[in-house]
Amino acid sequence: MNLYKYASPAAFYPLAGKLIPWFAIPAAILFVVGLYVGFFVAPVDFQQGNAYRIMFIHVPAAWMGMLLYVLMAVYAGIGWAFNARLASMMASAIAITGAMFTFLSLVTGSLWGKPTWGTWWVWDARMTSTLILLFLYAGFISLQAAIDDPRRADKAGAVLALVGVINVPIIYFSVQWWNTLHQGATIRIMGKPSIAPPMLAALLIMLAACWLYSVAVVLTRLRRIIEEREQNASMFARSTV
Amino acid sequence: MSEFFSMGGYAFYVWGSYLIALVLMVGEVVTVLKRRKSLR
Repeated sequence: MNLYKYASPAAFYPLAGKLIPWFAIPAAILFVVGLYVGFFVAPVDFQQGNAYRIMFIHVPAAWMGMLLYVLMAVYAGIGWAFNARLASMMASAIAITGAMFTFLSLVTGSLWGKPTWGTWWVWDARMTSTLILLFLYAGFISLQAAIDDPRRADKAGAVLALVGVINVPIIYFSVQWWNTLHQGATIRIMGKPSIAPPMLAALLIMLAACWLYSVAVVLTRLRRIIEEREQNASMFARSTV
Repeated sequence: MSEFFSMGGYAFYVWGSYLIALVLMVGEVVTVLKRRKSLR
């Protein structure tokens, strides 16, 4: 099978349609399982009581916000460097979902901060850099919306997305580099996680659910973008012969 | 049961977080599905 043929929007369109349910249905199941484990299996935290349960949506949302930004920048970069239309369309499709998760992480963080830190917001390194991430998404989306020619919009977006990537490691390491109010990493790549096993399980299941949700929504939006941009392509043309 | 919903006094913050998550995700799905209809 020649995988390169799927680099063409017209060839990828039906494949994306077939893939969507394989992500959407497991996402729904894992959200239910993750919330069940998070609310009924995971014990009450000895310091924070039940307020810590915000973690199961806050942490996956924050990770998705960062991961989707990197993915968006990579696709935008590929689309720019190799003149690959589908990759650029993928970057545009990712932006809104990434912005949604970043916004969700800020709001849930605020709702977690009020009862545990006593404040909705502080200009702490991690929170400020996450707010900048939201502005980068907003900049990418509005820049693309402001330029009529789609390929020029793709190029301008790619420059912004690639320059903004520097912000992602800043968010990630902000809790180590600066003295912040925000706590350190819960799950470490090296070494033991700092939470009880059922809490970790709920967190990882919710993260998987958010990933699957993102793939399903991004592929659906990608199909809409292909429809909008390739209206003249033969795949959508009414029979003129 | 009411103990569960009260979340040890953190009900507003915990349920508020999940309610916003639900609204944002359902809203995103509805928006992306409607986008197709407006085109046709």
